[in-house]
Amino acid sequence: MSQSILIVDDEAYIVTSLEYLMKSGGFEVEVAYDGEQALTKVAEKAPDLIILDVMMPKLDGFEVCEKIRANPLWSAVRIIMLTAKDREAERNKGLALGADDYMTKPFSTRDLLKRVKKLLSEERIAG
Amino acid sequence: MLQGWFIIAAAFAYLCVLFAIAYWGDKRAAEKRSIISNPYVYTLSIAVYCTSWTFYGSVGRAASSGVGFLPIYLGPTLTFILAWFVLAKIIRISKVNRITSIADFIASRYGKSSYLGGLVTIIAVIGIVPYISLQLSAVSDSFTVLTQYPVIAMAETVPSVPIFADTAFYVSLFLGAFAILFGARHLDASEHHEGMVAAIAFESVVKLLAFLAIGVFVTYGVYDGFGDIFSRAQATEGLARLFTMEGAGGYGSWVSLTLLSMAAIIFLPRQFQMTVVECTNERHLKKAVWLFPLYLFLINIFVLPIAFGGLLHFPQGGVNADMFVLTLPMAEHQEMLALFAFIGGLSAATAMIIVATVSLSTMVSNDLVMPVLLRFAWLHLSRRSDLTGLILIIRRATIAIILLMGYLYVRLIGDSYALVSIGLVSFIAAAQFAPAIIGGIFWKGASRAGAIAGLGGGFLLWAYTLLAPSFARSGRLPESFLLDGPLGIGMLKPQALFWLEGLDPTSHALFWTMVVNIGLFLAFSLCTSQSIVERSQAVQFVDVFKRTATGRHTWQGRATVGEIKQLLARFIGRIRMENTFSELEKSLVRELQDDSVASVEVIAFAERQLAGTIGAASARIMLASVVREEMHDMDEMLEILDEASQVIEYSRRLEEKSHQLQSVSDDLKAANFQLKELDKLKDEFISTVSHELRTPLTSIRSFSEILHDNPDMPEDKKNEFVGIIVKESERLTRLLDNILDISKMEAGKLEWQLQVLDPKAVIEDALAATAGLFQKEDNIRLHTDLPDNLPAVHVDADRLTQVLVNLISNAVKFCDMNDGTVWITAKAKDGALCVSVRDNGIGIAPHDHEKVFKRFQQAGTLETQKPRGTGLGLPISVEIIVQFGGEIWVDSEIGEGATFEFCIPIAAGDGDGLPFTKEGGTG
Repeated sequence: MSQSILIVDDEAYIVTSLEYLMKSGGFEVEVAYDGEQALTKVAEKAPDLIILDVMMPKLDGFEVCEKIRANPLWSAVRIIMLTAKDREAERNKGLALGADDYMTKPFSTRDLLKRVKKLLSEERIAG
Repeated sequence: MLQGWFIIAAAFAYLCVLFAIAYWGDKRAAEKRSIISNPYVYTLSIAVYCTSWTFYGSVGRAASSGVGFLPIYLGPTLTFILAWFVLAKIIRISKVNRITSIADFIASRYGKSSYLGGLVTIIAVIGIVPYISLQLSAVSDSFTVLTQYPVIAMAETVPSVPIFADTAFYVSLFLGAFAILFGARHLDASEHHEGMVAAIAFESVVKLLAFLAIGVFVTYGVYDGFGDIFSRAQATEGLARLFTMEGAGGYGSWVSLTLLSMAAIIFLPRQFQMTVVECTNERHLKKAVWLFPLYLFLINIFVLPIAFGGLLHFPQGGVNADMFVLTLPMAEHQEMLALFAFIGGLSAATAMIIVATVSLSTMVSNDLVMPVLLRFAWLHLSRRSDLTGLILIIRRATIAIILLMGYLYVRLIGDSYALVSIGLVSFIAAAQFAPAIIGGIFWKGASRAGAIAGLGGGFLLWAYTLLAPSFARSGRLPESFLLDGPLGIGMLKPQALFWLEGLDPTSHALFWTMVVNIGLFLAFSLCTSQSIVERSQAVQFVDVFKRTATGRHTWQGRATVGEIKQLLARFIGRIRMENTFSELEKSLVRELQDDSVASVEVIAFAERQLAGTIGAASARIMLASVVREEMHDMDEMLEILDEASQVIEYSRRLEEKSHQLQSVSDDLKAANFQLKELDKLKDEFISTVSHELRTPLTSIRSFSEILHDNPDMPEDKKNEFVGIIVKESERLTRLLDNILDISKMEAGKLEWQLQVLDPKAVIEDALAATAGLFQKEDNIRLHTDLPDNLPAVHVDADRLTQVLVNLISNAVKFCDMNDGTVWITAKAKDGALCVSVRDNGIGIAPHDHEKVFKRFQQAGTLETQKPRGTGLGLPISVEIIVQFGGEIWVDSEIGEGATFEFCIPIAAGDGDGLPFTKEGGTG
């Protein structure tokens, strides 16, 4: 069974490009356009990995990350933060909140794909 | 032998001897081997008191009132024996303060007041004129009498002689020239006039010897000793009464004359000059205290014998008793003795004239003319390099004028008065200085106002009770003025003021002037307060013996030593200045650099030097002009008070400063806070801009890489992705344009091309530019309501188009996705053109209305595939509309669509480029 990825971003074009990229990488893809939607999707079915934007309406990426990490059921979910916020402090904040990786926009598609694959290859046991 | 030329030659020879002595005295003084610095010369110089009035007049008075002549000499004797401490104190004060005259003394005591100095000078000059005239008439009368020899005839009444045939006139000219040559040859008021003092002392010897010679001749040559003369006189009818006090004018008159001459020996300007100013050593006074009374005793021994001798010798009358000294030797055919008597009288007169004019001219130049001239800034005197010439001219002119006034007085008054009576007029004038000086040195409360009031009041009364009557008696004023009072008001009769009858005119005048003078002096002193300078001078004068230091002046200011030197050089000459400064350096044991700041001692030293030349008041003005700061002058107490007040002042300033600093620091804090806020805003702006730029860039890069890495992608997908790349590139371009626009607008660097335009054309341009949007979205309808007669507006066409395009594209973007409608309406409303753009989209919640006009803010979420805006369109529109003087706002509810409307003022008039206003009428 192929691994599932949830793409969360309020920018429709970016979602489009990520969706195409991940699908072509052989993953199952779900999309969400804001934080609340993202949490709903995770509750329905926890994905293996989330590509999470930070600046979004309603709930921002940091809050989404925090909520997911607060729930032990979802401890196996990998999170890659993908954001235009490029400051060191924000990067540290994201990692401290439990993100597995942090990438800034614009990003290299190959690099992203590589990191996604690397994270998903690591063994993780759901609690 | 006693012809006119011979007498003149003898007189001239005598005056030459005087010059020689003066020259010798000056020379010795320059060599620092003073010939006058001993108590004997000092005493003889004080004997300038005995003028021709003593020489001739005492005998005259004794002939009419017996011992009535004595109080004039009893007074000074009492002063020297009983009141020597007053003199000692005045001398000490004058030495400490380098006083140059009696006017300087009074001015100095009362706060270095130049007004007071001037007043004293005026009183002194006017008061002394009768005295000078007395000397003139005595010399001219004695000359006239002597030239008649061997005939004994009196001089004619003066006014009857034409001026150019009047001996007194030539005597005035001669003595004037003599006094100028003697007393105002060069400027040395600061030093002792040692030569003059020597000459005066010599004159005192001459007049004493001459008088004693006559006395001995009359007593022992003509008669047979004192006993013989007195017994003969007592036996003669009419002379016996001269031995009684009634004959002497009564006790009242005695007492008043004694008091008067007690004052005169100190306060006559020439006495002050000799006793105080020319005193070289205070210790000399101790000997003078008994030597001077001895001199007076000697010169008076033979007064009664000569008077009785004359009366016995000329029983038929017709010979003026004032001339007995001359006429007795003449009658006995003693030519040489008569000539000696004349020379004695001449020496008495010249001594008085020299000293009086020198002291008066010093006062006039230092206390009257210079202070006035120095106040006239336009004369630029304070900048003149050498003022000695000017001062000399003033002094010489003063001497000439005083002698001229003396002569005029002689002519006006004539011989209607005896010598003694004329002298007493001046005595009472001099006595006016007594309250101010005695009060000033013993009572700290005596104030400037008191001194001015007392002196002024006393002087006016003196003029009324003595000067005016002397004119009336000689017929220069109507006689009724004397007998019935002015305008017949008996109460104001000048010699019986307020019905005060029964006193002789002198006692009457002394009484009233002193009552008024002392009364005003006390009253004003008690009622007025003193200035700081006055108070400190008062303390310094009254407590002069309590302090050893010289004048304690503290100047605050920043004058350099060089400036002080320059100032001093102007008044005392460069060479003298150099000498005094090198002495000062020696005493300070340090060198004084010209460009260093003058210390307190240097300035005080300069003030004393200057005070010696131009008087304390002028010195103070001059120094203040150089030091450029008010002087703080004080005794210790005042110093402490002053320091305290300075500390208070300082702390007040400190407080002020601290308030200022506080407010500056508050301002800085506020500014800093503002800067921080701005910095935060800027950071946020940059971070937001960065985010906004990164978003389209991300899409562009991602799709480019996807296209690059997937060459065998289906054609339609490929087209879709390339389309996205193009749209996002356009968005990026718009974003950059908008960011540039808004930063230019904020910096005020955007150029506005304002024109008066028809708004309809602009709206149509905008519609044309956005026509593509409507064509693409064929489910959106456009309704326009644009009347033809819209008023003109004063705007930048491109910018207005930008606003319209922005609003229209927003409306297209946000209108109902399935059945969109956009309405565009324009109309004139209240002097403005209003345009509204309305859509039927999801609407904006009222709490978001403000937000939509802020940068990078959009209301709600947009779950559409439509390209996002830049987040700067509406903020830019606001800037533009505000620039046009208008307003923009939104009217909307959720689900009700949104209406964006703006109004801009109609252009004023129809001229191009005119400013527009909101109230402007229709164009």
